[in-house]
Amino acid sequence: MKYRDEYRDPELADRLIRAIRQRSRTPVRLMEVCGTHTVAIFRAGIKTLLPETITLISGPGCPVCVTAQEDIDRAIALCREPGVTVATFGDLMRVPGSESSLHQEKARGADVRMVYASLDALDLARRLPHRRVVMLGIGFETTVPTIAAAVRQAKQEGLTNFLVLSAHKLLPPAMEVLLSAAEVRIDGFLCPGHVTTIIGTEPYQDVVKRHGKPCVVSGFEPVDILQSIHMLICQLEEGRREVEIQYTRAVHPQGNPRARALMDEVFEPADSAWRGLGKIPGSGLKLRPAYAAHGAENHFALTVPPGREMPGCRCGEVLRGACTPLDCPLFRQRCTPTQPYGPCMVSTEGTCAAYFKYHTA
Amino acid sequence: MCLAVPMEVVEIKGNMATVQVGDVQRRACLDLVDTFPDVGDYLIIHAGYAIHRIDPEEARKTLEYFKEILEYEVSG
Ligand code: SF4
Repeated sequence: MKYRDEYRDPELADRLIRAIRQRSRTPVRLMEVCGTHTVAIFRAGIKTLLPETITLISGPGCPVCVTAQEDIDRAIALCREPGVTVATFGDLMRVPGSESSLHQEKARGADVRMVYASLDALDLARRLPHRRVVMLGIGFETTVPTIAAAVRQAKQEGLTNFLVLSAHKLLPPAMEVLLSAAEVRIDGFLCPGHVTTIIGTEPYQDVVKRHGKPCVVSGFEPVDILQSIHMLICQLEEGRREVEIQYTRAVHPQGNPRARALMDEVFEPADSAWRGLGKIPGSGLKLRPAYAAHGAENHFALTVPPGREMPGCRCGEVLRGACTPLDCPLFRQRCTPTQPYGPCMVSTEGTCAAYFKYHTA
Repeated sequence: MCLAVPMEVVEIKGNMATVQVGDVQRRACLDLVDTFPDVGDYLIIHAGYAIHRIDPEEARKTLEYFKEILEYEVSG
């Protein structure tokens, strides 16, 4: 398949690995921020091919995993309201909240629907005029414009029963928090390709300038990831600190201005609580006043008690790169993809799920 | 969840495209895409929306560039 197979070329991958081995001298720890990268790295067995000098650590880039317990609880409270239909992306269904999950609520009769796109939720609102359809706004900058487009469409059509619960997250502020906290050593970042398709490279400048860490925006095929690692190693070995784009076929330095403008028209920055990272100023989004009529928080009282996280689950540390799933006593024991105990095992992009599927001891 | 795949445009009607990869066809909204596509272009599709039109020239250049670097590094 075009734009895929050529980036899976084993011969090219092999040569890249040799080049990386030749270049890498100093031991470094590189974080792949994005959950899609984590899975791709495991699937291609990249960790086992790298020299000992390079350690890859998984970061907070799984939107389902970083959703705070309170936001899961809010979604559950919403689906219990009479006349409410909750529309959500699939993985969120099975994430355990403080005392239930959307999946369990659905089994008890709540109207919870899995959608593939915000447009499907919009369709539901058209077809169910007597119900209020709440789309759960979970996701990073890649997904936010698609939700913004649906909100704008709903406003244009006068679909007042289409609402959004915005728990969106912005990744660059989380990267800065990880660096400032200095709990784990990070020497450079593999930056998320499709997030950057939207936001461009400017938001990483602080990571480079304030913290002196190189950033390379990477694609998702094995050759992309190996090229990006090679670029990071070259920067580190040569003492350069820059934002570079490996994934040029999908990322312009200025991002996607059209998508960004829409995002800015509909949403404004807000503080947001992350699982594992706590509240990060300016790392979330809420609807601007012109679109506030579509905000679920303006229709329902959504205060929930402080969230109760699963006792013993180490997702918080896993999301900060402070431990791996292998350090969690519940991994493969109480916690498996069929019986997930914590969110990092529920999501297909969660680090625990990736370790379960691909890590052989 | 930020999974997004390159798919080929097979038809465009207004702001909606039919896109295809292998045997799978999907509909994708064009309200977000940076450059409006033609039939035969490849788009990156995420959650029902095209978020980018792939620049074939850029795609070719990265591969060539890296092949060149590798010739140089591995042999040199
Ligand atoms: S293995 Fe399960 S319990 Fe342990 S950190 Fe991961 S999700 Fe939590």
